[in-house]
Amino acid sequence: MAVALVLVLVVVGSVLFHLLSPWWWTPIASNWDYIDHTIIITFWITGVVFAAVVLFMAYCVFRFRHREGNRAAYEPENKRLESWLTIVTAVGVTALLVPGLFVWSRFVNVPSDATEVEVVGQQWQWSFRLPGKDGKLGTSDTSNVSAENPLGVIASDPNGQDDVVVEAADLHLPVGKPVKMLLRSIDVLHDFYVPEFRAKMDMIPGSVTYFWFTPTRTGTFQVLCAELCGQGHPLMNGVVMVDTQEDYVAWLGEQQTFAQLSAPQQTGSADPAPAGTVAPGSRISAKLETVEAR
Amino acid sequence: MVDITPADAVPPAEVGEMELYHPHSWWTKYVFSQDAKVIAIQYSATATAIGMVALVLSWLMRLQLGFPGTFDFITPEAYYQFITMHGMIMVIYLLTALFLGGFGNYLIPLMVGARDMVFPYVNMLSYWIYLLAVLVLVSSFFAPGGPTGAGWTLYPPQAIMTGTPGGQDWGIILMLVSLILFIIGFTMGGLNYVVTVLQARTRGMTLMRLPLTVWGIFTATVMALLAFPALFVACVMMLFDRALGTSFFMPAIVEMGEQLQHSGGSPILFQHLFWFFGHPEVYIVALPAFGIVSDLISTHARKNIFGYRMMVWAIVGIGALSFVVWAHHMYVSGMHPYFGFFFATTTLIIAVPTAIKVYNWVLTLWRGDIHLTIPMLFALAFIVTFVNGGLTGLFLGNVVVDVPLSDTMFVVAHFHMVMGVAPILVIFGAIYHWYPKVTGRMLNETLGQFHFWVTFLGAYLIFFPMHYLGLVGLPRRYAELTDMTIMTDSAHHLNSFISIMAFMVGFAQLVFLFNLIWSIRHGREAGGNPWRATTLEWQTSETPPVHGNFGKELPIVYRWAYDYSVPGAKEDFIPQNVPGSFGTSKESA
Repeated sequence: MAVALVLVLVVVGSVLFHLLSPWWWTPIASNWDYIDHTIIITFWITGVVFAAVVLFMAYCVFRFRHREGNRAAYEPENKRLESWLTIVTAVGVTALLVPGLFVWSRFVNVPSDATEVEVVGQQWQWSFRLPGKDGKLGTSDTSNVSAENPLGVIASDPNGQDDVVVEAADLHLPVGKPVKMLLRSIDVLHDFYVPEFRAKMDMIPGSVTYFWFTPTRTGTFQVLCAELCGQGHPLMNGVVMVDTQEDYVAWLGEQQTFAQLSAPQQTGSADPAPAGTVAPGSRISAKLETVEAR
Repeated sequence: MVDITPADAVPPAEVGEMELYHPHSWWTKYVFSQDAKVIAIQYSATATAIGMVALVLSWLMRLQLGFPGTFDFITPEAYYQFITMHGMIMVIYLLTALFLGGFGNYLIPLMVGARDMVFPYVNMLSYWIYLLAVLVLVSSFFAPGGPTGAGWTLYPPQAIMTGTPGGQDWGIILMLVSLILFIIGFTMGGLNYVVTVLQARTRGMTLMRLPLTVWGIFTATVMALLAFPALFVACVMMLFDRALGTSFFMPAIVEMGEQLQHSGGSPILFQHLFWFFGHPEVYIVALPAFGIVSDLISTHARKNIFGYRMMVWAIVGIGALSFVVWAHHMYVSGMHPYFGFFFATTTLIIAVPTAIKVYNWVLTLWRGDIHLTIPMLFALAFIVTFVNGGLTGLFLGNVVVDVPLSDTMFVVAHFHMVMGVAPILVIFGAIYHWYPKVTGRMLNETLGQFHFWVTFLGAYLIFFPMHYLGLVGLPRRYAELTDMTIMTDSAHHLNSFISIMAFMVGFAQLVFLFNLIWSIRHGREAGGNPWRATTLEWQTSETPPVHGNFGKELPIVYRWAYDYSVPGAKEDFIPQNVPGSFGTSKESA
């Protein structure tokens, strides 16, 4: 009796919690509301199944609980019922999978008018690179990374000279324009994650990964790292500001290009400690302090 | 010509096989025993002991998450060490060891009607290597730099770099060595379980008369024998990368402003190897639970398991399918995005046999004679949590839905519900069920009720709301969730609530441990078959069973394991070794 009641309460409580909970996703700021819709479909189907199974169980526990003289039925199999349940399940699963794959194909196929933006992760900060006037990002290589060239841009590639380099500062994007985020890491795995954009992707040293989205509203959004990347992982925050076109152009005008940054008089960079002369432990704490200070 | 005379140490041919392994001293009876039942208890006790460490680690994590900034000794470094060791211990050293080494050793020979495992010496060796693996793991707590803090997935390159606790100290090395040892030890045990099930079944015990417990453990063991080698090579390669400077998983990397000597390795290759093991591992833990819970439900509802053949094929089907779904853990890893189509499809297909199992459990309850014993309560709680956790798997398995939820608290909630809470509830149910066979006494019922209600409701209250923190977008593996624009006061209160529930559930486990120890002496006498069950382990001539399990003659099996409430029979159960025509055996004709 009590057990059946608790089982019913688990279902009722879970449904009420779902409906009344203040914990829900953040207001979306990208075109990926398709994903939100798929989640809603999934909630409906799984919610109905959960309630049905547990309520059925509660009924069984109530109705068929042991009483003196009771005897269970003897029914080893019921082919019809079993195949019927299998078919219903298969239909339910298909109803989840088909919209999911449909949206995934949109997610992985980047529109041809998307602008490329490079994100570079390193313990524990974000840097960015935007193509210059030529619209092309220059090639890069981790083995080129140095204090003067923090993103490892290959200087001999002419496409790279006019690239805009944003080191350890905020990224700005124009609203309403699709962007392809090219993701790169120069040390460990990271994951570029903005909850309001719904998209995220790991960054792998030695590879370039990507995802695309279109920002749909202006605002300031926090970038989080979503792949455990060492002890500074929770501090690895960044900012993406989605601007109107005018604000974006104004911001872009203030940024420096790779050519400007690598001119000899401007070698002063964020990390003054010469590498290799201090113990790794103190380099980590120095790094953590810089990150925390921001 | 050389005279061939048998050496004294070689026993003459007429000595019975069982005699060869029979203990002749205290040491060989209780310590270096070759009796699978003693080995089972050694495995279980060791797993429980290391599991207590994992429990304490989870409290420390919850202290930090629920009350951030209050406990100075929980630095980010320490926090990452706690989560890593908690995860690794729970998945490998507790769940795998307990289900296969513990329940497998105790139940397989008894349930199939064998005198012991087929290779008793190798079986003993398996335990001692497992113990060594545990000791190496524990030693990393005391090594300079402490244990590794790379997360239980141990992803390179960070796992072996500075910036990750233990990455350039002893932590990661000890972790990898311990895993390698564990796999060696497991392989020795695993070969035993498989060969025993295939070769040592008693007369009449056809495969389709095996209790589902044996099917679950058997299939899980076959899977483990195929999956663990992937982890083994991954560990060896990473050990080489770390200790010898090779570059299996290490591309060109800048570490804290300095170029490292590595180049050309692939970090994502490790992830494929890890999850090729890691996903089957989920089912290595789940399938024994599926099998055991089927037998608990059937016995305590006094009704045959519904759709036995379908249940067997579902176990085998899930086992096979689980080898082609691994990359659903890697949807946002940066692998080729087209993999997503394939792995989402296989992953959702696996939901069908899994759902069939759930239906058959609840249909076994239908028109049963349900005794709400403690094992039955745990079985019911298992169904609730498993259905809940399984259904959230449909979110994460569906590739595009996974994108926003991946690496958030939703994932933490999902896998704890489905492969933490659910299998552990089965373990508890199984312990209440078989304890009388192991010790001859019942566990205390009142303490059991307390343990059950606090554990079930507490765990549900921990992990059900946690999904919604993930929906908000809160990432997992954050030592502090404070500096975040999406973090709200209410989410913070929910975290504190979850922490308080975690301490209560943990406390209930201490009560359970007390019950385990107290009842050895003070529990009610159980008799040989207190649950009136049909399977062979309840039909032994002595309880607890002695070395060799059965008396002079091995039992002969005449029927399947589920002849409960057979129409026309006097009792509501007919043991497998009882001849006669009541309820003709229902194995495939």
